[in-house]
Amino acid sequence: MQHDEVIWQVIRHNHCSFMAKIETGIFCRNEYNVTGICNRSSCPLANSRYATIRDHDGVFYLYMKTIERSHMPNKMWERVKLPRNYEKALENIDKHLMYWPKFLVHKTKQRLTKMTQMRIRMRKLALKTREKIMTMPRKETKRESRRADKAEKAAALDSIIEKELYRRLMEGVYGDIHNDHVSELNNNLDKHNTEEVANEDEEEEDELKYVEDEDLEEEDDMEDFDGLAIGKNHEYDNEDEDDGEAVTIHQRRGRELSSLSRKKLHKDASSSKSKKKPKLHVEIEREGASGRRTSVQ
Amino acid sequence: MGLKRKNNGDAEEEENDKMKKPNNNNEENARKTVLPSTIKNKEKRSAVYAKLKQQKKIEKRKQTKARDAAEKQAIELGQEPPPRQVPKTIENTREFDETVCKPDDEELFAGNDADEFSSILKQGFTPKILLTTSRFNSTRGPAFISDLLAVIPNSQYYKRGTYDLKKIVEYGRKKDFTSIIVVHTNRREPDGLMIIGLPDGPTAHFKLSNLVLRKDIKNHGNPTGHKPELVLNNFTTRLGHRVGRLIQSLFAQDPEFRGRRVVTFHNQRDFIFFRHHRYIFEAKETKDEDPKSKKSKSEPDAMSIQQKVKTRLQECGPKFTLKLTSLQHGTFDTKSGEYEWVHKPEMDTSRRRFFL
Repeated sequence: MQHDEVIWQVIRHNHCSFMAKIETGIFCRNEYNVTGICNRSSCPLANSRYATIRDHDGVFYLYMKTIERSHMPNKMWERVKLPRNYEKALENIDKHLMYWPKFLVHKTKQRLTKMTQMRIRMRKLALKTREKIMTMPRKETKRESRRADKAEKAAALDSIIEKELYRRLMEGVYGDIHNDHVSELNNNLDKHNTEEVANEDEEEEDELKYVEDEDLEEEDDMEDFDGLAIGKNHEYDNEDEDDGEAVTIHQRRGRELSSLSRKKLHKDASSSKSKKKPKLHVEIEREGASGRRTSVQ
Repeated sequence: MGLKRKNNGDAEEEENDKMKKPNNNNEENARKTVLPSTIKNKEKRSAVYAKLKQQKKIEKRKQTKARDAAEKQAIELGQEPPPRQVPKTIENTREFDETVCKPDDEELFAGNDADEFSSILKQGFTPKILLTTSRFNSTRGPAFISDLLAVIPNSQYYKRGTYDLKKIVEYGRKKDFTSIIVVHTNRREPDGLMIIGLPDGPTAHFKLSNLVLRKDIKNHGNPTGHKPELVLNNFTTRLGHRVGRLIQSLFAQDPEFRGRRVVTFHNQRDFIFFRHHRYIFEAKETKDEDPKSKKSKSEPDAMSIQQKVKTRLQECGPKFTLKLTSLQHGTFDTKSGEYEWVHKPEMDTSRRRFFL
């Protein structure tokens, strides 16, 4: 015979294998529990009339307990498949639990809502890809790091790379790029061998080379000179006036002017080749500086 | 020291004894064959063991002396010196692998022509690389990415966000990327690298270890923007060739030698070592002081001043070690992907078995 009160007394005060006491409260592990909480009204064992919802592989079933069949535990629960549609499922519950206590109807509906939400979330998550967490066997990682160290030593990387590059150089992969200084050195060696009996023609050629280089150097010089010119201007200004702000403005302008003057100079350089150009350049700078000063004042 | 000397003396005496009394040899051998490990008394055992060790050492020394003497004699007599012994290394005692390719392997070349990279490698245009990370990325991850960006020409970094890798692959295909590199970070430390060839190239997973970033390398150089040249070493087997070509397809096939940058992927015992250097060739006048040329003093001194070209390297950029864990046919697909090769723990049973 089913004695709800007796069962509850035993469960609550003696022992229940489904009870889970944790810090936040006392919960129930029984799969038929509607709320999951261990109390008198939602205990599936101590209630003769009971209804709940369970999930079988994404399909929800409404479970109803008929206490008259309690002598046949495998037939005690009657189950109804709920439709996939939430609203229809609610109607279904209403239909089946028409004359049941309002508490149970309410709780089953709540459970249905929760479970449909959960099902939606589960399906979303299943579509998402997730990182798989892998183990990192300590033994293997250690062994591999050991072997990697040894392999690195065996590889002698630097020397191998050097050799490979040297091989490529010898094969002529690089063409003439890296051979400049090598050929120079060869020339020098030849000179040594012939004990400096160098032909005049060769010297001339060398001189020609120097000319080309000078051009390059001149450009560099000009750049350097710009900087110098600015410095000079700076000093000049300082002598004239001790206004810091004005000086900074001068400097900025000086730079602009210097770039302008550099362009001019390039033209000059192309027209005539002489080393006096930088001096010219200074003059230009000074003119510019003076003009500038007037504008500022 | 005194003790040692004494031992030495003892050993020599024993040797002398041996020479004198060949009859007793058998008995002595019998006495010697008593393994020290069978002696129960520890002091005795250690003493016997020490003696054995000492003897072995002396024998070894004698052998080397004899060998050196023979060589010297042979040279003096103008004969060919006996061939030097080659030390056994793991490399030259490697287990036989039938897929190790010979230089005239036509099958391999045919395979190379038909594989996914041949279009990229033949056309010679600069590959376009998409760099991205795993979902969580911090500390050394971004630093590593910035280093990689400097190494691989024409590479772009995309923030991973929460995108699926498959979506990224699709995006890359649409935007004409030629490969995707994914840096996996674990515990704020990059520990994995995945290279996906696009549009249908293979996917290789590598374990990444021993990462040293550029800023942590002492006296590191700063690379220029030139396209680096590539050194791929020791990729011998079929699988190795394939991985090598996959790596090759990340870099431009028309390096700018003027930049003097070299990127190395060296395979040693299945570990792929990545290095990035700047180099320079230096010609030096060196007096040839090799022992061989010393002999020939008939040559004039001017000739002995030889010009020697030396390569100098300066490391720049990150260095790290890769180990292949799997090679997948097609683009990234863990569920229905077909694996060409997967590393399994039972493959680690021998130290002399290598797959690349």
